[in-house]
Amino acid sequence: MSERARFDERHLLAIEGLRKDSILAVLDAAEPFFDVSRRSVRKVPTLRGKTVINLFYEASTRTRTSFELAGKRLSADVVNISVSTSSAVKGETLLDTVKNLEAMQPDVLVVRHAASGAAAFIAARTRAAVVNAGDGTHEHPTQALLDAFTIRRAKGRIEGLEVAICGDVLHSRVARSNVALLTTLGAKVRFAGPRTLLPPGLEALGAKVYDRLEPALEGADVVMMLRVQRERLGGSFLPSTREYGRIFGLNEARLALAKPDAIVMHPGPMNRGVEIDPAVADGPRSVILDQVEAGVAVRMAVLWLLAAEPSERVPSA
Amino acid sequence: MSSTRSPSPRAASRLLVVTDVRAIDPAIGLDALIDLVIEDGLLTRAGVGAATAEIRASERAQVVSGSGLWALPAFVDLHAHLREPGQEYKEDIASGLAAAAAGGFAHVCVMPNTRPVNDTRSITVAMLARAREVGGPALHPIGAITMGQKGAELTEMGDLKDAGAVAVSDDGRCVTNSAVMRRALEYASNFDLPVIQHAEDHALTEGAQMHEGALSTRLGLRGWPRVAEDVIVARDLLLAEAIGARYHVAHVSSLGSVRLLREAKARGVKVSAEVTPHHLTLTDASVLGYDTACKVNPPLREQADVDALRAALADGTIDAIATDHAPHSSLEKDCEFAEASPGMIGLELVVPLLLGLVREGALPLARLVDALTRAPARIVGLAAPTLREGATAEICLVDPARTYTIEAARLRSKSKNTPFLGRTVTGAVRMTLAGGRVVFDAFGGEG
Repeated sequence: MSERARFDERHLLAIEGLRKDSILAVLDAAEPFFDVSRRSVRKVPTLRGKTVINLFYEASTRTRTSFELAGKRLSADVVNISVSTSSAVKGETLLDTVKNLEAMQPDVLVVRHAASGAAAFIAARTRAAVVNAGDGTHEHPTQALLDAFTIRRAKGRIEGLEVAICGDVLHSRVARSNVALLTTLGAKVRFAGPRTLLPPGLEALGAKVYDRLEPALEGADVVMMLRVQRERLGGSFLPSTREYGRIFGLNEARLALAKPDAIVMHPGPMNRGVEIDPAVADGPRSVILDQVEAGVAVRMAVLWLLAAEPSERVPSA
Repeated sequence: MSSTRSPSPRAASRLLVVTDVRAIDPAIGLDALIDLVIEDGLLTRAGVGAATAEIRASERAQVVSGSGLWALPAFVDLHAHLREPGQEYKEDIASGLAAAAAGGFAHVCVMPNTRPVNDTRSITVAMLARAREVGGPALHPIGAITMGQKGAELTEMGDLKDAGAVAVSDDGRCVTNSAVMRRALEYASNFDLPVIQHAEDHALTEGAQMHEGALSTRLGLRGWPRVAEDVIVARDLLLAEAIGARYHVAHVSSLGSVRLLREAKARGVKVSAEVTPHHLTLTDASVLGYDTACKVNPPLREQADVDALRAALADGTIDAIATDHAPHSSLEKDCEFAEASPGMIGLELVVPLLLGLVREGALPLARLVDALTRAPARIVGLAAPTLREGATAEICLVDPARTYTIEAARLRSKSKNTPFLGRTVTGAVRMTLAGGRVVFDAFGGEG
């Protein structure tokens, strides 16, 4: 690429509102970092002397590990803090925690929190760069970026693709970040799921909305299945996992409605046999583990773009 | 005022004269440029040339030039939270009444969700005693409908009324149980107390953070659908109609409720309703950026709702404007959106916020005045402030052209939780008289 897309954000809080240029800058920067993780020595000195704090108010294995490895492969000092909800309840306010951490001079705060808007709240009150690693049911921007990275590698482009995002859209921060990113890059998004899990106003986000999977899958280039939270099942949202799987799960017969070369994605963790049939999850069109691999590279790119000294702002991979 | 009381040294100087003021009181068909003479707490003369040269020259007269000002009957608020007893760090009766005075109010009805809840005579009595100590605008307690606002056992409404309560409400909580609501309407009507409902089907709003719509989807905040208000209003209207009881809907927010109210009033149901300044002026777009100052209950809705509320206020379907003044400290507001308490302060901002509607032509001035004075007074059975000669002086002087910026430091409320900080507005209360006494005077020496 002759001209590099520019990224001049101070934080990564949401995809909504991010310029196309900034998105492309992350995706482009992730390419060389992807190769770093495949070398025998998986480390570059880019963020030596920088401190990254992973502040996780929600349990997470995949995302926290991915951010931790991303920081370590960039040679940053990485500290993980897991705050269980119970200790937060009896303990200090989010604002006080942030102020205390800030006093230790971190360069980046990676935050996961159950409250929508928590990352923006923190960003407005700290000098550190803040990366939203999932805030409530609002956004999970690095997930959308790693999804886009994966799609681009698999399909060679994003513009013009038909992407079906299926399942529990109501509670999904992944869905919100993805619709913002994909529409910004020129893809067409279709949402599908039971009406109890489709919030109002999805059309205003630039998507088509279906209450069955089949019409959404028809001719799709990418099929993204969302996790159904166990606690939504058997309540007033959904009667049972059995019926959900039967009507809204992705199986081989339904996948046949999509384009022959369609890829299958899932942000994880999967409920096998509920939203996705094992034969599809493990099948030839699944890129689910590619997404996980891309996650480290994309997060390296984000940390690098936010924390590297200006002189270091050329991927040194 | 007792006639046996010996005159205090200040009594001799109790003569307030307002000259050439535009006096507006739609209840008596008044809108004219006149003089007002207030002597010993009574509006003794109101008319052209009432302030004679002799009166103006009197040594004991304070003369205020009313040129460019409006004189209105002082306001009546149906819905304020003054937080005393129990949460005095947010507001107390003294600071709340000071804020009310600065906002032009002579009467403030206070909601019972104090700590403890105002569900018994002794708490009502204590609140009134404290208000008398403080002075200023009159405080009128609203008793709870159910003990502890728990929605189950009725309060002793007869006792509450005898102690001075003017209505009953479980505000903040909705009486969702239909049997309890039926009995509440029946029992309250025994004492001619209006039942004020906070209309919210809590089962439909569990965890709700803002209006349910395209923006709640974008922000990932749990939605509070309009229909959660509408289903309660619809049910209550049917109950009130069947029982023949007085029913009042607090802080109407949805266009669906407006439609239901209009239909019910056309059928002759004894229903009244109020709307807040913020529901008349803000939409859910204010929540973008997770501004906790804009988290209120019921939530700010869409432009279509704002339009419906304005039309309903203008045509009288919604009777009154009420502030829902809800002070919260930084403890409740400087936090994650989901953790923040709902509510914003409002007592001091009614005139600057709502004169804008008059200027835009969305609301006739006479209707605005009525909705702040006679209409709310009638709902809770108070004598409405008036500019009729001989009445107790309950007057507010407004400068409709004064432009200024709303600043936290200038607000008398202990809490500063309003999204209007920093907003430049036009229209200011300059003086308020309540119960015959000056309770707020912005003229200071310049008067």
